[in-house]
Amino acid sequence: MNYQFAWSVLWSGQTGTWLLQGVLVTLEISALGWLVAVVLGILSGALRTAPIAPLRWLAAAYVEFFRNVPLLVWMFFWYFSMPPLLPNALQDWLLDHSAEFWAGVCALGVYHGARFSEVIRAGIRSIPKTQFEAAVSTGLTVFQAYRLIIVPIALRLIVPPATNETLNLLKNSSVALTISVAELTFQTRQIETYTAKAFEALAAGTLIYLALCLAIAAVMSQVERRVAIPGMIARGRQSGEF
Amino acid sequence: MDFRVIADNFFFLMLQGLIGFGSFAGGTLRLALPAIGLGFVLGTLIGLARLARSRWMSVPAKIYVEFFRGVPLVMVIFWFWFIIPALLGRSLPEYFVALTAFVIFEAAYLAEIVRAGIQSVPQGQVEAATATGLARGPMMRYVILPQALRNMIPALVTQFIVLLKDTSLASIIGYVDLTKAAQIVNNREIRPFEIYLFIAVVYWSCSYAMSRYASHIENRLATK
Repeated sequence: MNYQFAWSVLWSGQTGTWLLQGVLVTLEISALGWLVAVVLGILSGALRTAPIAPLRWLAAAYVEFFRNVPLLVWMFFWYFSMPPLLPNALQDWLLDHSAEFWAGVCALGVYHGARFSEVIRAGIRSIPKTQFEAAVSTGLTVFQAYRLIIVPIALRLIVPPATNETLNLLKNSSVALTISVAELTFQTRQIETYTAKAFEALAAGTLIYLALCLAIAAVMSQVERRVAIPGMIARGRQSGEF
Repeated sequence: MDFRVIADNFFFLMLQGLIGFGSFAGGTLRLALPAIGLGFVLGTLIGLARLARSRWMSVPAKIYVEFFRGVPLVMVIFWFWFIIPALLGRSLPEYFVALTAFVIFEAAYLAEIVRAGIQSVPQGQVEAATATGLARGPMMRYVILPQALRNMIPALVTQFIVLLKDTSLASIIGYVDLTKAAQIVNNREIRPFEIYLFIAVVYWSCSYAMSRYASHIENRLATK
C-alpha cells in the first residue's frame, strides 16, 4: 500500500466550503424529512390504535407497505415517477427549485413516517387502557382524548426509541446522493473526485456523521430527562428493531 | 399507465435483478442471503465478545458496534470500495465489495440483538448450568444460546428484512441487483411509475414472506 496522505486537501481550496455546504444540506433535508415523518407517524400511529376498524386498516396498510420497501426505491419513485403525474405549473416550479431536494424530503418523510408510526403505536399501547376510559368518561370525545391525553403521554414515553429513529433518518439522508442531492456524502464523493484523496475525504465525512449523531444523542438524553414520566417506561423493543 | 412494460421485462427484472441469473453478475437474493448468514455469524461473535469478562474483548467490540451504528451504510460501502483495492493492490468484483460491506455493517446491529437476547436469559439458568458442572463454553452452546435464540427471533428477522432492503444500496457501486435492473429497464423504456412501483411490490413481497416465515418458526418453537 503506497498511499500518500495529504490531509490539507480538506481545507485548501474549495473543499472546506463543500464540506460545510454538505453538512448544511444534510441537516436541512433531515430536519424537513423529520417533520414530515413525525406528523405522519403520530397520525398513523394514533389511527392504528383507534376504535374504528377501517381507519386502523388504512394506517396499517400505509405502515406495512412503506416500511418494507427500500428507501432507495422510494427516492427513485418520488424523483422519477411522481413529477410527471403533477400539474405542469407545479412541475415547472419544481424544476426551478431543486426537485431532487423535495423528492428526498418526501422519500425520507414518508418512509420514516411509517417507522415512527410503529414507535408511537408502541408508546400508545404502553399507556394503561384506563387512561383512555377516564378521559372519555370526563366527557371528552375520542379525538379530544387522543389529542389532549393519549398522544401527549405517548410522546413523553417514546423519547429513547424516537431518538434512535431520528439518528436512522439522519444517516439515511445519505441515500439522497443517488438522486444527486448535494448532501454530505455527495460532497465527500465530490472531494474524492477532484482531489483523488479518497481516504481523507471519507474520513472527514465519517467523522462528521459520528459527531452529528453524538450531538443529537446528547441533546435528546437531556430532553428525555426533562420529559420522562416517573414510573412509566414505554415497552421498549430491542435495538435495531425500529 | 401501461403495465405491459412489466410483462415485457419481467424475466430480466426477476431472473437478473432478484435472483441473479443472467449476463451481469448480480441479484438481490444472491447478495442478501450470504450477507444474512455471514453477518449473523460475525454478529454473534461480536455480541459474545461484548459480554466477555475480559476488557480486551468487550471494549473493542463496544467500539466496533458504536462506530458502525453511527455511520451511514452508504459511507461504509464507499469506504470498502476504496480501501479493498488500496489494500490488495487490485480491484475485486462489486459483489465481494458489497458483501464485505454488508456483513461488517450489519454485524454491528446483529451483535446488539444477540447481546440483548443473551442478557434476556434468566441468571438462574447460568447458575443451574454451572451447578451441573458445565464449563463456560458448553454452557453457552447448550444452555444459553438455544434459549437466547428463541427470544431473539422477532428482532433478528426485522434486522434481516432491513438487510434485504439495504442491499438495494449495492446498486450505487454498479452491482446489478433488483434496483439497478429497474434503472436499466427504465433507461430504455422511460416508464418510471410502473417500473418503480413494480419493484416496490417485489421488495414488499420478499419482506412479507420473511416475516410470515418468522412467525411460523416462532409459533413452532413456542409450542415445544
